[in-house]
Amino acid sequence: MFNAWLQIFKRDLLIAFRRRSEIIHPLIFFVMVISLFPLAIGDDKVLLQKIAPAIIWVTALLATMLSLDNLFRSDFEDGSLEQMTLLKSPLSLLVTAKITAHWFITGLPLILITPLLAVLLYVPAETMSILLLTLLLGTPTLSLIGAVGIALTVGLRQGGVILSLLILPLYIPVLIFATLALQNTAQGFSAEAQLAMMLAILVLSITLSPFAIAAALKVSLN
Amino acid sequence: MSITANITRLYHQFASPPYFYRISGLWLPYIMGLFLILFLAGLYGGLILAPMDYEQGEAYRIIYVHVPAAWMSLFIYMVMAITGAIGLIWRIKLAEIVSISSAPIGASFTFLALVTGSIWGKPMWNTWWVWDARLTSELLLLFLYLGVMALYNAIEDKRTAARAVAILALVGVVNIPIIHYSVEWWNTLHQGPTITKFDKPSIHISMLIPLLLMAVAFKLFYIGSLFMRVRTELLAREQKSKWVTQLLEGQK
Repeated sequence: MFNAWLQIFKRDLLIAFRRRSEIIHPLIFFVMVISLFPLAIGDDKVLLQKIAPAIIWVTALLATMLSLDNLFRSDFEDGSLEQMTLLKSPLSLLVTAKITAHWFITGLPLILITPLLAVLLYVPAETMSILLLTLLLGTPTLSLIGAVGIALTVGLRQGGVILSLLILPLYIPVLIFATLALQNTAQGFSAEAQLAMMLAILVLSITLSPFAIAAALKVSLN
Repeated sequence: MSITANITRLYHQFASPPYFYRISGLWLPYIMGLFLILFLAGLYGGLILAPMDYEQGEAYRIIYVHVPAAWMSLFIYMVMAITGAIGLIWRIKLAEIVSISSAPIGASFTFLALVTGSIWGKPMWNTWWVWDARLTSELLLLFLYLGVMALYNAIEDKRTAARAVAILALVGVVNIPIIHYSVEWWNTLHQGPTITKFDKPSIHISMLIPLLLMAVAFKLFYIGSLFMRVRTELLAREQKSKWVTQLLEGQK
């Protein structure tokens, strides 16, 4: 069972490294959208510093959602997804391999590039570590929840717009706790409570969402 | 025959489309009639008999529409998710149709709660909208409903669509408490709940009775309009089946 998991994980990483644009495009989107904000607001250091967490988080949310589009699509189109349902290992377990690989390809680079962008938005050094921590706890949750939406819409032609309708409301708790944690840190309070909540949400989505994803994929494959 | 066997038999009978069509047709006038009586009684009690609020004046009377609508918004989402799960597990066509027919009604009640809340907010908080926790979670509930309806409309095959929607509704149910509490901690300005404190309600009995009448009236209205939607959907889906052709021939 674990062997199948590892095979799928390796395969997805390999495919991504062969087609690097998949890794790079969401990152470029992330960088470009974030640099739009100072251009629209003006070089106002106090204001930018205040809304930087919101900008980074909303953009990260959108970038994750866009990057998820590829999670199941090519496997759905060439039929390998159907083969995967026939394996002995449960589909709910195998999809976690795909999501983990996908997070390594898109989530991790996004976190790595954030310090650079945070400097552009004048984020002080003290909040930087908390910012990275919220992203580290939050982006896997976004991938897991988003995967449910992707699994439901993978067979549809206008899947993209509907996907955002389905999953953006579900993203709101993560957004709220992450930005609250950052606001608290900026005001000199502890952000432990919010980080603990984010971890709890992550654990909950790791536990439950694979079943929803597998069920949704089976409906889409029909 | 034991009681459980009786219930099971009744359950299977109701799940059969021709039976449900016939029975719901018989019940519908009574449900809507009772709704009208309770609705008018509730309105009369609320708008004319109930005393004025010493703090909020006459403006509080919108509570008789606002609060029942807000109750319905969450209640219908629960019905949608539970019937969706029943349809998903036992593949009962009627449960699927009940689930998806509830969505537009629930969305309308949610919208009604938002609009009346906004109208109430203007004299009380002096603004049409505040990013208050309860208003925000109601808005998010509306988004969840819209997502469900969008997904259902996007999938061509309606049986597949019903199953997809059921999964989405269940994911939504798990998320609703998380969304609710995250928003609650984020910001709250709304007055505390009026009714949930059962030991000592913070509302006078002359105000409470019309409110409860309206709540029951709204429930009946939901059941009535649900029946109408389900009956239409049943006819549309089963138009080639024998019982529908027989029904139509009988009407000629």
